[in-house]
Amino acid sequence: MDTRVLQEYLPIFAEAFLLTVKIGLAGVALAFVIGILGAFIRYFKLPLLSEAVKGYVELFRNTPLLVQLFFIYYGLPVMGIRISAEICGIVGLGLLGGSYMTESIRSGLEAVPVIQTESALSLGMTRSQTFLSVILPQAFSLSVPALVANVIFLLKETSVFSAISLMDLMFTAKDLIGLYYNTTESLFLLVVFYTVMLLPVSFVGSIAEKRSRFKMFGD
Amino acid sequence: MEEILKVEKLTKRYEDITVLENVSFSVKKGEVLVIVGPSGCGKSTLLRCINGLEDIQDGKVSIEGKTGMVFQSYELFPHMTVLQNLMLAPLKVQKRDKGEVMKEAEQLLERVGLSSKKNNYPRQLSGGQKQRVAIVRALIMHPEVLLFDEVTAALDPEMVREVLDVILDLATQHKTMLIVTHEMNFARAIADRVIFLEGGSIMEDTTPEEFFDAPRSERAKRFLSTFEYKKKE
Amino acid sequence: MGFEVLFKGKNMVRLLQGLGVALQISLISVAISIVLGLILGMLMSLKKPFINLVSRVYLEIVRIMPQMVLLFIVFFGYTKLTGRNISAESSSLIVFSFWGTAEMADLVRGCMAGIPKIQYESSRALGLSRLQTYIYVIIPQIVRRLLPLSINLITRMIKTTSLIMMIGIVEVLKVGQQIIEANRKSSPHAAFGVFATIFLLYFIACWPISCLAKYLEKKLA
Repeated sequence: MDTRVLQEYLPIFAEAFLLTVKIGLAGVALAFVIGILGAFIRYFKLPLLSEAVKGYVELFRNTPLLVQLFFIYYGLPVMGIRISAEICGIVGLGLLGGSYMTESIRSGLEAVPVIQTESALSLGMTRSQTFLSVILPQAFSLSVPALVANVIFLLKETSVFSAISLMDLMFTAKDLIGLYYNTTESLFLLVVFYTVMLLPVSFVGSIAEKRSRFKMFGD
Repeated sequence: MEEILKVEKLTKRYEDITVLENVSFSVKKGEVLVIVGPSGCGKSTLLRCINGLEDIQDGKVSIEGKTGMVFQSYELFPHMTVLQNLMLAPLKVQKRDKGEVMKEAEQLLERVGLSSKKNNYPRQLSGGQKQRVAIVRALIMHPEVLLFDEVTAALDPEMVREVLDVILDLATQHKTMLIVTHEMNFARAIADRVIFLEGGSIMEDTTPEEFFDAPRSERAKRFLSTFEYKKKE
Repeated sequence: MGFEVLFKGKNMVRLLQGLGVALQISLISVAISIVLGLILGMLMSLKKPFINLVSRVYLEIVRIMPQMVLLFIVFFGYTKLTGRNISAESSSLIVFSFWGTAEMADLVRGCMAGIPKIQYESSRALGLSRLQTYIYVIIPQIVRRLLPLSINLITRMIKTTSLIMMIGIVEVLKVGQQIIEANRKSSPHAAFGVFATIFLLYFIACWPISCLAKYLEKKLA
């Protein structure tokens, strides 16, 4: 490996890294918003909306992000809907992630036993008080492992953004390999930056998973 | 004495299965009513109907004031400490003063012998301790009627006593209570009146002495004899 | 809306053939992954320190490294290392099997760990031999838990193989681009119709498999 080449490439990769992280985090944030809304709609079985959310979840969980991005980025503009590559990346990741988050949060909510709701109601609490102070905190703890897995999955999915000409890490690596044949250095930096992005998330995630279990309350 | 709870011709059906049929009785202030009967006779459903957890198909339940309920499976909130479990409803529902609620919670915990556990989480308590906390959680809301749904059925035998003692203590304070239980000795000791439920209907509604010593119906005799058999085992 | 382009000539057939390429690669990779994953998963359940260490590193690599990065490493790295070219198809088979094996092994390990110890003990207490315990008691339970999960792995694999277009394999997205390109003048809206169709084709390929997995999960639970 040529250290001079590494030094030369480092800033280029760093820039691509920042772009990837920026879009990744924005997409994950959007996914959480969609997921929370979707899960509430499903949990409370709001008429029509609940069916719509179900359809959306099935559609986006059963298609690849790459295909979703192609549709949004290349398919929609010819029908007059034009959005920038960055927004497209965020929206695409958000929609994909939203479908996964909806399922994870919903199953967390449904995993809280019904009798917990009943016991709160028999203390005189209202439905919304019961939901906010009794069900939601427990559901969230139950969902943590799935949510962590979703975040890692979504951040990994950022690696297809180069397909919609975003100058992300993959784009940069491919570009530099194609132009200068510095394959080893490019691949090395690619791996380093993805490790820097995901290893901490994986690590923090494992701790969060352990802490979220009920036995950790007070242990 | 005044009637505090009145159940009139209550009927409860799940689709086409009738769980309770034409059940009527009333409870006076300070009275302890024990409901016994074989599994699946509708005892628990009756409590849930009184508490409004189940809708009823026919009849009427009228209560002066609120009810409090203690479940077989405790149902403490696992993400909250003992104190938080106790204070949640008084603060959120009754909007009471935090200092006052905390003081009452501590007094009640003291009374059931759990002062030292106030900052523990439910996971760190034994079954008997959890159930005592659950009783305090119901008590602190000052309900007119307390409903106990087989509160010792999930407990190890050595923990049954500590929970029953708490309920006996409540009886000496003249709390109005409806108790569903399988502990016949306890039932006899605490009851002012016994209702024997079978097949969703009231078979006997009488004093504990009469029910346990001279039951009138054949079914009650058979029911009680299963317990004697168990005792001899 | 650009759907008309699909009815021109053999365009729809070409698109389906493109999907076929991706599906073929996924199915071969899944088959390899399931076999290797079962073996690795069982090895991991032996709890030997060395196997544990190696498999944990392996699983963590797969957990955090995007498949796209792995694909680049094999596709470009192999050539650099050996001086010989590796076909994009071989690269994808290697990478997806590498990924799938780890996923499968983790599922197997999870299922084995989920069987309570008392199941082994009570089988022994009935006088079953170690082999009989596995054949009649343990393996049937593992299969019941594992079946829906490994079927789910198929849909995940199909979705993942869409990446192969990024290393130049002519699959459904690439065919789609070619069709759009060739009909740029006559069907200006082709991009919408073609990509919407591909979206739907993937859904049709994956959704029934997801439903099957869900159904089995309920039925076998």
